[in-house]
Amino acid sequence: MTPRAVELHGIGKGFGADDVLKNIDLTIRPGEFLSLVGMSGCGKSTLLRIIAGLEQPDRGTVLIGGEDVTKRDPSDRNLAMVFQSYALYPHMTVRQNIATPLRMRRLSLAARLPLVGGMAASSHTLGEIDQAVAAAAALLQIDHLLDRKPAQLSGGQRQRVALARALVREPAAFLMDEPLSNLDAKLRAHMRDELAGLHRRLGATFIYVTHDQVEAMTMSDRIALMTEGRIEQLGTPDELYRQPATLTVARFIGTPSINLLPVEISAEGRVHAQGQDLGLAVADRKGDAATLGLRPEDLHPVVDGLAVRIARSEMHGADRFVHCHLLKDEAVRLTVRIHAGAALEADADGVLHLGFRRENAHLFGDDGLRCALADRREVAA
Amino acid sequence: MTAIEAGEIPSAMSTAKRRSAGSRMAWRGLAFAAPAVLLLFATYIIPIVVLTGFSVTDYKLGALAFHFVGIGNFVKAFHDAVFLRALTNTALYVAIVIPFGVFLALGVAMLVHARKRSRAFWEAAYFLPVTATLVAMATVWQFLLHPSIGPVNAAIKWFGFEPVSFLSNPTLLIPSMAAIGVWQVLGFNMVLFLAGLTAIPKDLYEAAQLDGAKNPIDRFLTVTWPMLGPTTLFVAVTTSISAFKVFETVAVLTKGRAGSEVLLFELYLEGFEYSNTGYAAALTLIFLAIILVLSIGQTFYLDRKVHY
Repeated sequence: MTPRAVELHGIGKGFGADDVLKNIDLTIRPGEFLSLVGMSGCGKSTLLRIIAGLEQPDRGTVLIGGEDVTKRDPSDRNLAMVFQSYALYPHMTVRQNIATPLRMRRLSLAARLPLVGGMAASSHTLGEIDQAVAAAAALLQIDHLLDRKPAQLSGGQRQRVALARALVREPAAFLMDEPLSNLDAKLRAHMRDELAGLHRRLGATFIYVTHDQVEAMTMSDRIALMTEGRIEQLGTPDELYRQPATLTVARFIGTPSINLLPVEISAEGRVHAQGQDLGLAVADRKGDAATLGLRPEDLHPVVDGLAVRIARSEMHGADRFVHCHLLKDEAVRLTVRIHAGAALEADADGVLHLGFRRENAHLFGDDGLRCALADRREVAA
Repeated sequence: MTAIEAGEIPSAMSTAKRRSAGSRMAWRGLAFAAPAVLLLFATYIIPIVVLTGFSVTDYKLGALAFHFVGIGNFVKAFHDAVFLRALTNTALYVAIVIPFGVFLALGVAMLVHARKRSRAFWEAAYFLPVTATLVAMATVWQFLLHPSIGPVNAAIKWFGFEPVSFLSNPTLLIPSMAAIGVWQVLGFNMVLFLAGLTAIPKDLYEAAQLDGAKNPIDRFLTVTWPMLGPTTLFVAVTTSISAFKVFETVAVLTKGRAGSEVLLFELYLEGFEYSNTGYAAALTLIFLAIILVLSIGQTFYLDRKVHY
């Protein structure tokens, strides 16, 4: 199977007065696992449906393997899709479900007709189809379910059948529309693992839509985080986590979510929280209000830092989440993630001082965009 | 002794109490079921028992005495040329109305379903015949099909053909009435199919498209037809029952003359015009048996095939 690239150029789509997609440019590399992630209504599913051909864009072009397929019927794009509802044919056995994409493509219309079709099909082609179905079923470990109907299967098994139906015919790319959201938490974690493994083994292009950032973070090569019809940031899971380009991205990625601290930038470019100098400096945006993002695991106790009072502590097995609020402003809450064996020592009043490393601080201007932190010396100069 | 007796009495009492509570529940359950059961007896079971009683006698409506004739009425029926003709006519009528009434309705439903803005109009247009009184409509059809003044024959003549006497030519009589029957059930069946079509998840069509179903025939065979299975079964059963009950068109158009006898009209004539109550009861039982066998057969055999 040769994995294909999927390119989107200037895709725009509106339903009524609203633009659901605004000028999307995105290239999905051959063999890449790319996740489209975002809140519901951000346009990620519409984008996937445009790639599939189930929806027509108002503007822009879709290229698969370098070929313009914008005007092509979904059946001519050689894509496979796994639906949230699995969309299995309820009247067919698992075997027939998996065989359908091959029958549609390799058999003539006459050979596909019920009752009389068997006579028109060549036994060689039918044999090939049987083999491909068996191989796909073996890959997903559903060989023993081949003669059952979808109604007799559990959610996880249906999911596997839908996957087998997608991969039986070696498509140019796999499209997945929230395929795990109907599974319970434990099974979801397991299927995540399997999907990632499947991607490694097949080396195919995967385009995966989800609202769950954990799914996106754990499986993807790259993530395109979408809000309001735009791609907010495109990058590896690591980049999105460590270098969020906007406040929205910082908020969306990471559990527990990032701590956000309202700060002011002084005329000299120093960053203050509640009047306290945080030891950070910026070159521009002097005098602006801003937001400082700090990951829970990047906060640690120091002798002199942000004074907080501990509200409660949550045990999560390996980790402990300690919830605090600023001493000077109770509305500002912070979560600190520490090793379960460690302890945060507060003084007699329950007050604790928190610090962080400069490279772990994410500063966002009031427009939501990331501000580069300057070396203190640069600002002074 | 006294100790044992003292111990036994409460336990015996509690058992009695439990039993009376149980029977109270049972009575309450029966009381809730009673209205339905009584209605069932009053409208179905007792009439059928009485009917069966009549069917083995030579009772005539208003007669003071009657005799037991055993299966005589049934034997007579199967030697009665008129009844046998009614039986074959009805079979022919049903054989035309079922396929056309079902598949034409499916086709119309799919066309109407594909409309966006004009859907409501077409739904109403096709449903109108269902709401109209068939007796009145049969009169309208009589005019439409009239050999000299009817517009249908006017059209035939305009094309240069001889006028056709739909309602007096014995070979055309039953097919003409079947056409009216199809026209009458079409709208109702269409609405049932529309409901079935609406219930098919859009995902399935999209999955079929991505699986390579390019043309409408593939989409129909892969998704629409199998998903409409339960609807089709229901439509087929109700259509066949209503086709067996054909009566109004015959009563209005021909009054059963010219070889247009059908089961229900024949039954009506024997029972209410000729007052042969016993014989009519036997015919009714035969009619009932046919309907029962047909619908039970259809349901049991096909039900397994259409539910997944």
